Amino acid sequence: MEVTLKIFRFNPEVDKRWHYETYRVNAEPTDRVLDLLEYVKGYIDGTLSFRRSCAHGVCGSDAVRINGMNRLACKTLVRDLGDKITVEPIMGLKVIKDLIVDMEPFFENYKKVLPWFINNSPLPADGKERLQSPEARERFDDTTKCILCACCTTSCPSFWGSDDYLGPAALVAAHRFIFDDRDEAAAERLQIISETSGLARCHTAFNCTMACPREIQITKAIGELKLATITGRLD
Amino acid sequence: MANLHQFDVVVVGAGGAGLMAGLYASRTARTAVISKLYPTRSHTGAAQGGISAALGNLEEDRVEWHTYDSVKGSDYLGDQDAIEFMCQEAPQAILELEHMGLPFDRTPEGRISQRPFGGHTNNVTGKPVRRACHAADRTGHMILQTLYQQCLKNNVTFFDEFQVLDLLINDGKAVGVVAVSLADGELHTFHAKSIVFATGGHGRVWEITSNAYAYSGDGAAIVFRRGIPLEDMEFFQFHPTGIYKLGILITEGVRGEGGVLINGKGERFMERYAPRVKDLASRDVISRAIYLEIREGRGINGSNYVYLDVRPEVVNKYAALDGRTNPDGSPYQVTAEQLLKKLPDIIDFNRVYLGIDPMTQPMPIQPTAHYTMGGIPTNQYGEVVIDDKKTVFPGLYAAGEVACVSVHGANRLGTNSLLDLVVFGKYAGLRAAEYARGVDFTPLPSDPEGFARRQFEALRNGSGKENLTDISNRMKRVMFEDVGVFRTEEGMKRALAEVRTLKERYRQVRVSDTGKIFNTELLNAWELGNLLDVAEVITISALNRTESRGGHAREDYPNRDDANWLKHTLVWQRDGRFEIGYKPVVITRYTPKERTY
Ligand SMILES: Cc1cc2nc3c(=O)[nH]c(=O)nc-3n(C[C@H](O)[C@H](O)[C@H](O)COP(=O)(O)OP(=O)(O)OC[C@H]3O[C@@H](n4cnc5c(N)ncnc54)[C@H](O)[C@@H]3O)c2cc1C
Ligand code: FES
Repeated sequence: MEVTLKIFRFNPEVDKRWHYETYRVNAEPTDRVLDLLEYVKGYIDGTLSFRRSCAHGVCGSDAVRINGMNRLACKTLVRDLGDKITVEPIMGLKVIKDLIVDMEPFFENYKKVLPWFINNSPLPADGKERLQSPEARERFDDTTKCILCACCTTSCPSFWGSDDYLGPAALVAAHRFIFDDRDEAAAERLQIISETSGLARCHTAFNCTMACPREIQITKAIGELKLATITGRLD
Repeated sequence: MANLHQFDVVVVGAGGAGLMAGLYASRTARTAVISKLYPTRSHTGAAQGGISAALGNLEEDRVEWHTYDSVKGSDYLGDQDAIEFMCQEAPQAILELEHMGLPFDRTPEGRISQRPFGGHTNNVTGKPVRRACHAADRTGHMILQTLYQQCLKNNVTFFDEFQVLDLLINDGKAVGVVAVSLADGELHTFHAKSIVFATGGHGRVWEITSNAYAYSGDGAAIVFRRGIPLEDMEFFQFHPTGIYKLGILITEGVRGEGGVLINGKGERFMERYAPRVKDLASRDVISRAIYLEIREGRGINGSNYVYLDVRPEVVNKYAALDGRTNPDGSPYQVTAEQLLKKLPDIIDFNRVYLGIDPMTQPMPIQPTAHYTMGGIPTNQYGEVVIDDKKTVFPGLYAAGEVACVSVHGANRLGTNSLLDLVVFGKYAGLRAAEYARGVDFTPLPSDPEGFARRQFEALRNGSGKENLTDISNRMKRVMFEDVGVFRTEEGMKRALAEVRTLKERYRQVRVSDTGKIFNTELLNAWELGNLLDVAEVITISALNRTESRGGHAREDYPNRDDANWLKHTLVWQRDGRFEIGYKPVVITRYTPKERTY
């Protein structure tokens, strides 16, 4: 089938202002949007710039807006979009070139919630693993899936509208540790995310949950965090 | 030089191996980790099935069994001292990951859960053993996340989206690397006492591949151009179960949970090729079996794929026929719900890319290029060794998929790579830091950025007669057809001639993007140069080895030939020409014998 592919273009070394370019390409219904971008880059305009690596939705490199929705280009197929496809950079982060945005603020927010395992108690005397029941492991399973692609955070109106909101991805990272019963820094993290830049900014728009390519129930996770800050309990 | 940095240790690559090296080196030495991708985008995150260790959490298991299975899996080309070392270190390495917070799946007793994987057996009964520690089907993702998080916690210095282009050598020592910062195109020189390469593999040489775009063989090509040899490059693993046409991996864990391979006649054909362990035979064995079935016209509808079937009723039928049992002795039975929990990503891949539900339909699969067994030769401490006399190149280290210790020999067992990263990444980091403590900085060579700059200039100033993508596609096609699962002298000669022609055509390429900011076209072009160099080394190594062993299967030499070929290949580039040499395999306890499953 022939697809009309409209792509946001901005080259800071040449352009004063961004614009759109339209390309007509032949595609199979099973092609990924990433395949189309590769085709344009390979055969029509080598300067088109975007990030990608794994090409099957696990590395988080290629979050873009496809027909207005945040998606991974490698996990979105032509057959689910039809013959008119618009690809733009994700919103709320500065565009560097074409579909590439500045990810630094996103990672800075991630780092603020202490996204690492903290347990200062002695290891088990036998030197083996800390025990954890399958149920306790299941408690935070969903939020371990995050690949830090930023689809969620950059779909959030609260994130667009502020320059200090941590955003859903950072809250997901906080959830992953707060509800891990082996971790000992839940209180500290709850404190961090209950400050003004945190949970209170979430207005339950659900955009994040809709955008997540890993199908993490983000709004639910944030709800659990909100409850935990109120009740002080983690069950 | 505006952009000059000095560190005791520089680690190139931030996947499992690089992060482990960075974590350990940074404890005692000023360390920088340089990565062309954000660390969490590294290909370690794609690993699905598990990481092996004889923990024995669910049934009896022993380090010696793991060692023997790996030696056998390697088709006796693995160095047995290194394999023993890795398998011994394995339990501790896994526990250490758990202590860092890695969320492994758990047994009812709260211990790390384990599943069976191809080639891992109880050496007494010969039956598959539960040795692969897992976190659903995203074990690599959890390893990558956990290690990155620990690096952040420990304030490791990262240079994200910096692509290393060259290794600097002076006075016979590794003294630094040159990298380009993707954000502004500036070259940077990193002056160091020790350099660890952990840049991953080169599976993008082939058309159908499970590997990321980033798998362009940068590390191997960079050191090769500087005179360091590459070892056993003919050995590359084709994983039996890639999604048809796309190559996306379907983990062996699917067969670990009871999935079976079915041909066009509805037969479970692995019974004929590996009567004892069947669908859990080693990968090379299964990939060849699939090819043979297809060649005999027994693909699905006579086409070039077969089915991987994990529908619960099919799993239960064959589990009953095999007499498979749970650890408590009860018959092994699964429900769709249990499989959904254990294989969520696999089910998702099928839904997204094929529009099928593996709980009600079988998955169309074909072998896919998967894992680089060969690479930069090292010893078990990650030190790069440059000849057949164990000579160490001062200051240079390698770990992970880019390295060849060799623990995988001619064929890697599933789950042994993640283990390799963690064990040898750690030792490479420790050694690199220890070496740095004992020496002063060796001065940089003059004009350190010259070679990198000239490579870029050539790509910018070519005639423009040739198209990059055409060259790349041609290489991938030729390599998949003629230097793939089955090989012949005729085919490989054809491939070699073609690769050499492509290298000539590559000189006529001209990058159209003249900018500095995120010039991904320039970098893709540079990466293609690496792939072409690597493809040539692979083909030369493969042509020379007139036997079949592990992943190297020659139709004109179908048997293993220990009398002549129980040795590692080394290829050097000297004065623009390739030279081939060999070095012995280290044998400790296990005398080579015929390999059956
Ligand atoms: C789909 C899939 C599933 C797998 N499943 C399993 C499994 O279940 N069990 C198992 O044991 N193994 C598995 N493997 C194999 C295993 O995942 C890999 O071998 C391993 O993760 C490689 O790790 P690494 O640290 O060597 O490289 P990577 O994780 O790939 O990291 C390479 C790093 O090098 C950087 N880099 C590369 N070139 C440059 C450059 N020029 N300059 C700067 N930085 C550079 C990259 O940015 C990246 O950070 C799987 C592999 C695949 C593809
Ligand atoms: S390229 Fe890795 S998520 Fe799309």
